[in-house]
Amino acid sequence: MAGATVKPTPLLKDELDIVIPTIRNLDFLEMWRPFFEQYHLIIVQDGDPSKIIKVPEGFDYELYNRNDINRILGPKASCISFKDSACRCFGYMVSKKKYIYTIDDDCFVAKDPSGKDINALEQHIKNLLCPSTPHFFNTLYDPYREGADFVRGYPFSLREGVPTAVSHGLWLNIPDYDAPTQLVKPRERNTRYVDAVLTIPKGTIFPMCGMNLAFNRDLIGPAMYFGLMGDGQPIGRYDDMWAGWCTKVICDHLGLGVKTGLPYIWHSKASNPFVNLKKEYKGIFWQEEIIPFFQSVNLSKECTTVQHCYIELAKQVKDKLSQVDPYFTKLADAMVTWIEAWDELNPSGDDSAKPANGTAK
Amino acid sequence: MSQISINHDEVDIVIGALQLDLKSFMEEWRPVFSLFHLIIVKDPDLKGELEIPAGFNFDLYTKSDIDGVVGSSSNAISFSGYSCRYFGYLMSRKKYIISIDDDCIPARDSAGNFVDAVSQHITNLSTPATPFFFNTLYDPFCKGADFVRGYPFSLRSGVDCGLSCGLWLNLADLDAPTQALKPELRNTRYVDAVLTVPARTMMPVSGINIGFNRELVGPALLPAFRLAKEGNLRWETVEDIWTGMCVKVVCDQLRLGVKSGLPYVWRKERGDAIESLKKEWEGVKLMEDVVPFFQSLRLSTSAATAEDCLSEIAAVVKEQLAPANPVFARAAETMVEWVKLWKRVQTQ
Repeated sequence: MAGATVKPTPLLKDELDIVIPTIRNLDFLEMWRPFFEQYHLIIVQDGDPSKIIKVPEGFDYELYNRNDINRILGPKASCISFKDSACRCFGYMVSKKKYIYTIDDDCFVAKDPSGKDINALEQHIKNLLCPSTPHFFNTLYDPYREGADFVRGYPFSLREGVPTAVSHGLWLNIPDYDAPTQLVKPRERNTRYVDAVLTIPKGTIFPMCGMNLAFNRDLIGPAMYFGLMGDGQPIGRYDDMWAGWCTKVICDHLGLGVKTGLPYIWHSKASNPFVNLKKEYKGIFWQEEIIPFFQSVNLSKECTTVQHCYIELAKQVKDKLSQVDPYFTKLADAMVTWIEAWDELNPSGDDSAKPANGTAK
Repeated sequence: MSQISINHDEVDIVIGALQLDLKSFMEEWRPVFSLFHLIIVKDPDLKGELEIPAGFNFDLYTKSDIDGVVGSSSNAISFSGYSCRYFGYLMSRKKYIISIDDDCIPARDSAGNFVDAVSQHITNLSTPATPFFFNTLYDPFCKGADFVRGYPFSLRSGVDCGLSCGLWLNLADLDAPTQALKPELRNTRYVDAVLTVPARTMMPVSGINIGFNRELVGPALLPAFRLAKEGNLRWETVEDIWTGMCVKVVCDQLRLGVKSGLPYVWRKERGDAIESLKKEWEGVKLMEDVVPFFQSLRLSTSAATAEDCLSEIAAVVKEQLAPANPVFARAAETMVEWVKLWKRVQTQ
């Protein structure tokens, strides 16, 4: 039965890192100070490493620029994108914490319909600490939320749920549209506050946005590779999409849950749609093939860890998507490099090398 | 939500009357119901005269009408209790049917506005559904929303929507054990979203507040799954859950969509969960078998109509579930009889 009492949400301040990719100063953190100040930040500086990134006083952080990434990973640094926010996944790799929250530097605190500031991080933590229900859809959304429960007809054997690996938050104001949609609807703003968290059903993939995202690094970290984007690559703005498709397939295989919905942040900046179009236009064609690929992926029962699943996925990407474009051969190789780098930085005995919760399906 | 212009001639509102006094129910809904044709079906077990206020355009069906139409199949198909509404579906010739339990009144949204549930169901049914890929901003066709980055363009036309499942404020559709354990629990959360339930994802469809496209999925809304001690409270039945899964399987097979979310209705207090709990747990126990069954059900590629799908489902139920419990054997029989009845009546 879903919990009836409301316990305060634990801070998890020593178990969670906030990963922020940036090329500019982090003044946006001032607005987040009441909610972020107690946490450790991992800042991944993209672009020119000689630029100094100003972080507001009082935040505890470690910062990595491109020189650091090259130094730490050596030749394996080739898997980390340059001149694209995809480089943020380096932060996931070097973190030693159980949970990650990642946010873009143009995302601010939103207000709920009552006018109250939304503590996005607290909601993500609630989402991650609470089970997911991917095996059967609950029409009242998250059954574990205060004021909700499982509806009539929901089997009792499924009411314990499964561990939550990912919490995908949403955005008020500038919605996460692709370039064509932005060009057609430049003034559209998301003003609808949908007061729900829901589990994305097993077998269903989704477009995961990296702007306001939290995950359990122990459960799913190695799957959160944000791909090869930006400088020297034929594509951009598909980093989080790629990570999301891989992550969901692996979560489905390992019996983990992915939630979407609350919390909202306020997305303030609309990037230039013409620039976006140039970056993503290949993706718009390629996603027609990529989606069916992920929808029909089958991972073998022997894959019981995230790393094994990911390596097998990389093989299938190389086998089946290379015919779409040679880029996918490079990407498949980079996926393997990523796992090698992950395992090097997170040697066994460490959580991510242990079999994930739940058995492979 | 964006409102589209509704052709009132395309809609029937079907009300199953499980209580004699429909006056307050109909008065609450008057602003909406008075614009449409209604089909009121009186529970054949209910004795006495229905009280229906003036000013509505309706057809009323009672036990004698049911017996007259159904004739010899009346052995297999029971229209008692909540199942009486299915007779209304059988009699309708309209494209869209909206059906709301007679203990539900209009809700108010977060701004305090009257929720026109009928209009919202029709909007849901007449705008495309998107079952093949999940949109994180929910319904992309509603005003102020769209498909998000990463959504394949080839999937953006969507498919027809077969079923619209609404929700309930106040008394949510929880089962008896849950409500008995949390007697104070009331649903006060108005979630301003409609979403398409993904293909191949099963869900519990509550019959309390639904709309459907009769032309596309009509026969799939059938009275088949009767508990041994079925009662006149939703806590004492799971017939709609069974029916809903049949509809979902049919929609998945025919590449139609099922939506869930808005509209809300306000469900009034009725009955006592603990009293219902003291009766059988049968429905709750049976779900353990029903859900996995429907999740793994695969129909043949030749099943191209709702009727074909139902016949196949009935055959598999008979083969796989019937041996375990007579409820399933009866359900399979009833489904077969219903399809015959539907075909006969619809061609008249």
